[in-house]
Amino acid sequence: MSVLVYTENWDGKFKKLSFELVSYAKAIADQLNTEAVAVSIGNVEEDELKKLGNYGAKKIFNVQDEKLKNLANQPYAKIIAQVAEKEDANVLVFANNFTGKAVAPRVSVKLKAGLAGGVIELPSSLDPFMVKRKVFTNKAFANIKIKSEKKVLTLFQNSFEIKETENAASIENFTPEFSDADFRTEVKEVNKVTGKILLTDAEIVVSGGRGMKSPEKWEPLEELAEVLGGATACSRPVSDEGWRPHEEHVGQTGKIIAPNLYIALGISGAIQHLGGVSSSKIIVAVNTDKDAPIFEAADYGIVGDVHKILPQFIEAVKEVKAEG
Amino acid sequence: MKILVCISNVPDTTTKIKFKEDNKVFDTTGVQWIINPWDELALTRALELKEGSGGKIEKVSVALVGDKSSEPTIRKALAIGADDAFRVDTDPGDSFYVATQLKEIAKDYDIVLCGIESSDYTSSAVGGMLSEMLEWPSVSSVSRLNIEGDDVSIRREIDGGQEIVSSQMPFVGIVQKGIALEPRIPAMRGIMMARKKPLNVLEPIEAETLTEYENFEMPPPKAAVKLVDEENVKELVELLKNEAKAI
Repeated sequence: MSVLVYTENWDGKFKKLSFELVSYAKAIADQLNTEAVAVSIGNVEEDELKKLGNYGAKKIFNVQDEKLKNLANQPYAKIIAQVAEKEDANVLVFANNFTGKAVAPRVSVKLKAGLAGGVIELPSSLDPFMVKRKVFTNKAFANIKIKSEKKVLTLFQNSFEIKETENAASIENFTPEFSDADFRTEVKEVNKVTGKILLTDAEIVVSGGRGMKSPEKWEPLEELAEVLGGATACSRPVSDEGWRPHEEHVGQTGKIIAPNLYIALGISGAIQHLGGVSSSKIIVAVNTDKDAPIFEAADYGIVGDVHKILPQFIEAVKEVKAEG
Repeated sequence: MKILVCISNVPDTTTKIKFKEDNKVFDTTGVQWIINPWDELALTRALELKEGSGGKIEKVSVALVGDKSSEPTIRKALAIGADDAFRVDTDPGDSFYVATQLKEIAKDYDIVLCGIESSDYTSSAVGGMLSEMLEWPSVSSVSRLNIEGDDVSIRREIDGGQEIVSSQMPFVGIVQKGIALEPRIPAMRGIMMARKKPLNVLEPIEAETLTEYENFEMPPPKAAVKLVDEENVKELVELLKNEAKAI
């Protein structure tokens, strides 16, 4: 028996999310009295792979093949299922991100394992296997029972505490069995934004809504994000208007984020918007309308005009940062 | 060439979520039902592709797993422009069960499109499961889809960027925002025509569910917002630093 976690890499590196996943897998392994095992697909150096051990992975399966450089759902699922069978994995852990959502359901069919997507806690019971997950686009939670012998979980980001442990992991090169017929999709072109904090990784997100008035008035918002070391985001009307790129849209139909701090500037807080940001630890709202629904979701707020407040906000952050 | 769009019947996105019977059941009182927003965008794109294909794409169908109460949603999909529809007459159970039902319909198509998630149970699983059951390739988080001749060109969203991916047919595309600009709104003519389009009701095939819901919870109520005067932004920043420990 084991708990298997799939640790995706980004240009050969892991990130906070990877360590959160391993910490979560390790905690489930402890509950089950067994070990956490990780599988990595793609080109990752040994030193980087070893880092997974610091969070409790006992063994790391390293799968490298030129063909596997880019995500291909079908062969990736096949490989993960092969490792799961080899290690007799009872529980499989994935991220609830683009890759996890692409691969986990396929693995679940291969292993005939029930899937719980967007889980936010450790299982509350092992027999029956019960775990809490988000439903209704984050407006509610459900306790779901997985009845199959094997279980597939995708973990909602920033919901489990990262825990370092004293542990040395062994690395094993794994040669999967696959054929050319498994590769029926091909990545032709990759366009990545570099040098910018990814919205889904950011600890702090500064977000603007229609209350920002026009796309030319975004500079102070960007400056605030910069002094805070955060990323910028926007509400749906703003991306629909083309004021900001659609990658910045957070909300029910855009990106779902869970930063430590979410600052909503000139966003009224429609229920669809809140669905995408309500998992943030702290929410700050600035809006001229004191009855705007965003204030019901916010921890801190200022009733007033964003453009009057932003320069003071930036200055105050600079001062507080300078004080150390 | 034929395209199938899998749709689900979900509460309107502004619905206030409530539960009943000891929080075991979703309370549907007063709920307006709609086509799941991502599925509606997928359908819109499928219709655009068909119209631009010069007859090469001969048909766009929709499929839904659900009881009779979901028929207005199917009729809406027909009114938007789908040529015909399938409804598997059963309770949707779980993602595995739904995918098993859809597989029987999907196997006769060249392209199957599913929304990346449904706005109710939000498992993001049916499309991926269906592709695996069919043993077809799948491409997920699709934000653009073009078909020229037999070439399929897909834009896929990844962390911090996008990829352009090609796929062989048949395949399952799991689509998200961006695939179509706006969902199509049914016109009066479409609504009239929808009544005459075939809506095939199928008996479910024998299949199991691997998961079931025990009960539901609402998030704990939030404490009231702490308001800071607009003349005193520094106080807010100090609270964020010292009290919330967020900066």
